[in-house]
Amino acid sequence: MKLLTHNMLASTVRGVSQGYPLGIAPGAVTEVHACDFSKEFLVHVFPKLEWSAFVSACASLSLPTMPAEVTPASWEDESFLRQMHHNLLEVHVQEGTLICPESGRQFPVSKGIPNMLLNEDEI
Amino acid sequence: MKVKHLEAMLSDVAPFAKPKVMLEQYPTSAHIASHILFTAQEQFQDIANRTVVDLGTGTGMLAIGASLMGAAHVVGVDIDDDALAIAAENVEENFEDVRPDGPLDLLRCDVRDVSRLRLHADTVLMNPPFGTKRAGADMEFVRSALLGISFPPRGGAVYSLHKTSTRKHVGEVAQRDLGALRADVVAELRYDLPKTYRFHKKESVDVSVDVWRFVVKGGARDDEDATESAGT
Repeated sequence: MKLLTHNMLASTVRGVSQGYPLGIAPGAVTEVHACDFSKEFLVHVFPKLEWSAFVSACASLSLPTMPAEVTPASWEDESFLRQMHHNLLEVHVQEGTLICPESGRQFPVSKGIPNMLLNEDEI
Repeated sequence: MKVKHLEAMLSDVAPFAKPKVMLEQYPTSAHIASHILFTAQEQFQDIANRTVVDLGTGTGMLAIGASLMGAAHVVGVDIDDDALAIAAENVEENFEDVRPDGPLDLLRCDVRDVSRLRLHADTVLMNPPFGTKRAGADMEFVRSALLGISFPPRGGAVYSLHKTSTRKHVGEVAQRDLGALRADVVAELRYDLPKTYRFHKKESVDVSVDVWRFVVKGGARDDEDATESAGT
């Protein structure tokens, strides 16, 4: 699971109103898979990103810090863009636990696949 | 890449080990998948460099195909653990060498819960259940795609496969109830359903299917609308 995908996940627990963003529990196992850098893609996907959720996900995984704000100048900063690309697309969470911020319900990530499915008694 | 090449590559995608009747796990053939993907790319430029969500990805056929066609990011969603395990193997065994950067992420979730997430995409692909085992299952997928996923400001596209016999119904529901700006059949294909389950009497059945392209408006997802119409 890339952090771009994590950025799109929220708690599926019934009745939860503040189910986003999902926390990443300490001890997550990550792998890095290099992929082609594309500034165009970052520009394209940025409007849909929840930036603060991405910043805290990076912090949870002890990745190089992302700035709290993205300014027009950021888009000319090559080292920032490279780091954003790396954190967003090249770091894969292989094993770990995602946590609903409201209910505390844990969603496991196993072999890179987050499991957002609830048990029958939760539906 | 030509459609033949994609079809040949996708023919290595392993099928379901034990298909589940209630989930209507019919395989998407390499033939069908490659034609959907080529239509989407060649006619509408909806795959390469796009973000893609594949609802009910099963063994990963459409998601892997989209990755091979140059999608920038692909999320394959399925409810079934066994199918996802096969999808993951299909990615590892056949496609790591083609796209080592792996734009594809798999996600286990009930398609009906997709609106609880914050999925966004330029393009949604799906081969939903035809709804023959559980009535309405096909349109639940369309509903989740059209109302549960958010699209960029310029709008998005949803591709879905439905029996030609349901054409009138699909088009009406998509536009009248689910807010599709357009609903067009962009290709007609023959779906060769192999004898998958014991209750099938014939070795295979040839079904006529439509490839639909729904145009969806962009911008923020309207949660209230989605919830209201989900109750009807």
